[in-house]
Amino acid sequence: MKNASINLTPGDVVRGKWHQGVYRVMRRLGEGATGVVYLVESAEGPVAMKIGNAAASITSEVNVLQHFSKAPGDQLGPALYVSDDVNIQGETYAFYTMEYMDGAPVLSFLEARGREWAPIFLVQLLGDLDRLHQAGWVFGDLKPDNLMITERPPRIRWFDVGGTTLQGRAVKEFTEFYDRGTWGLGDRKAEPAYDLFAAAMVFIHMINGERFTHRDGVELLERKIFSHPRLRVYQPALKRALHGKYRDAQMMRKDMMALYAKATSKEAPSRKTTTHTPRKQRRKKGGKLVDAALGGSFLLLASVLYWIGQVM
Amino acid sequence: MNAGTLRQVLLITDGCSNQGEDPAAVAALAREEQVTVNVIGVIEQDAISSNGEKEIEAIAASGGGVSQIVYTKQLAQTVQMVTRQAMTQTLQGVVNKELQQILGEDTAWEDLSPERRGEVMEVVDELGEQADVEVLVLVDTSASMRTKLPRVEEALTDLSVSLQSRSGRHEIAVHIFPAKRKAAEPLLNWTSELNRLPATFQRMSSGGVTPTGPALNEALAAFRSRRSKRRYLGRGGGEVEERID
Repeated sequence: MKNASINLTPGDVVRGKWHQGVYRVMRRLGEGATGVVYLVESAEGPVAMKIGNAAASITSEVNVLQHFSKAPGDQLGPALYVSDDVNIQGETYAFYTMEYMDGAPVLSFLEARGREWAPIFLVQLLGDLDRLHQAGWVFGDLKPDNLMITERPPRIRWFDVGGTTLQGRAVKEFTEFYDRGTWGLGDRKAEPAYDLFAAAMVFIHMINGERFTHRDGVELLERKIFSHPRLRVYQPALKRALHGKYRDAQMMRKDMMALYAKATSKEAPSRKTTTHTPRKQRRKKGGKLVDAALGGSFLLLASVLYWIGQVM
Repeated sequence: MNAGTLRQVLLITDGCSNQGEDPAAVAALAREEQVTVNVIGVIEQDAISSNGEKEIEAIAASGGGVSQIVYTKQLAQTVQMVTRQAMTQTLQGVVNKELQQILGEDTAWEDLSPERRGEVMEVVDELGEQADVEVLVLVDTSASMRTKLPRVEEALTDLSVSLQSRSGRHEIAVHIFPAKRKAAEPLLNWTSELNRLPATFQRMSSGGVTPTGPALNEALAAFRSRRSKRRYLGRGGGEVEERID
């Protein structure tokens, strides 16, 4: 809890005590409950470094990332590189380096590119959660702050595994708004349904913004879902998730996809009647037109050049 | 390996003690009796006095526990976090001692390579999940705490949710200070299901004295008498069954 005392500035050099790796600090990326994350230059290129002085928490996170790297299939989180200690002004801090993921915060991505991405991200997230759960873990502290969107193509990814807990144990770390225990809708035992509650809350936050708390009660939460057109569409799945009715992420994912398909097929004919969404869609359509026009004129130019070439 | 029962005092206060012995000294005694003392300083908008802050740190340091100063609205999450961190810290100490027996006197946690530490941490995590925990919450109910008591109650029921989610057994008791005839008195006896505190809790608030040291002493006495009773009665309390929906 003394994270404030770790303050590296760009240009500082960190030398690992055990593995002798040398890292030059480029900039600060962020701060979690257990430490500060920096972008550093290593012999192998830019990597992310998490450094904290609760060695126990750092060690726990390293353990989780290590288990992830052994799980089959795609990497479940950022790849772990090195775990080591460093001496800064007489104090020893534990740190680890991991894959640097260049991405945008979830909420600012949605702000810039449109809320219609939110259901896509939830579906992606549920797919990842399903694999995590099958590997025997629960993410725990699921919230927008621990998620980011990497580009090309846009994909939601998690990067802070501080709350990741073995199934059956008590969840290690959580954030009130996304925690079913706080809402009085269950305990904090690490089981898939715990994450699915949090995933539903992340979705609600993505669409609605976090403008209420558990103090307003579950009824208000459910009213919010019902009163927002973009949330109401997914009400059956969200309600089931909030009340712990899903046993696994795959079930919720399927429901979300079915509801998404239903919503988008309904949306098409009623475009003129609603106010907010269609404008955006029309603008997109306009964008596509411009694209098409550009593509067409390019083809025209190419053929003109071709024929000129032929004639000469 | 069995960690036995982890015993903690969680002191929730908003200021300096002004009566009786130095609470840090009592905390040091507690540590000798294998009782960890954690302290949470709650503040409203204003910052805590530097003396208050120093005292809070000093009590936790000599009590082998964790201290944290928080705004009232963050109390629930902090109570949970402090309790958990203190458990890990205590268990690390237990494991450290075992390590020294195996690897020699000079081997401490910090001397292990990160890889070995990872293995040890898995053991600590496992022990933390299974260990029995007894938390005696000692709440300062002096006048300035009055407006904060609803949040204290909320934080304690929340702590109970967290503890119920573990595999190990747990019990919580709540004592308040100052009390009429003694430095502190029990408000709620040992229980494994803390759903709410007696209604009188919200109305508690007494004069300006804050006898933190003597109150800690009373808390220690409560642990002592509980231990000696245990010896005769065996283990009380029902096991919490695993609940999987």
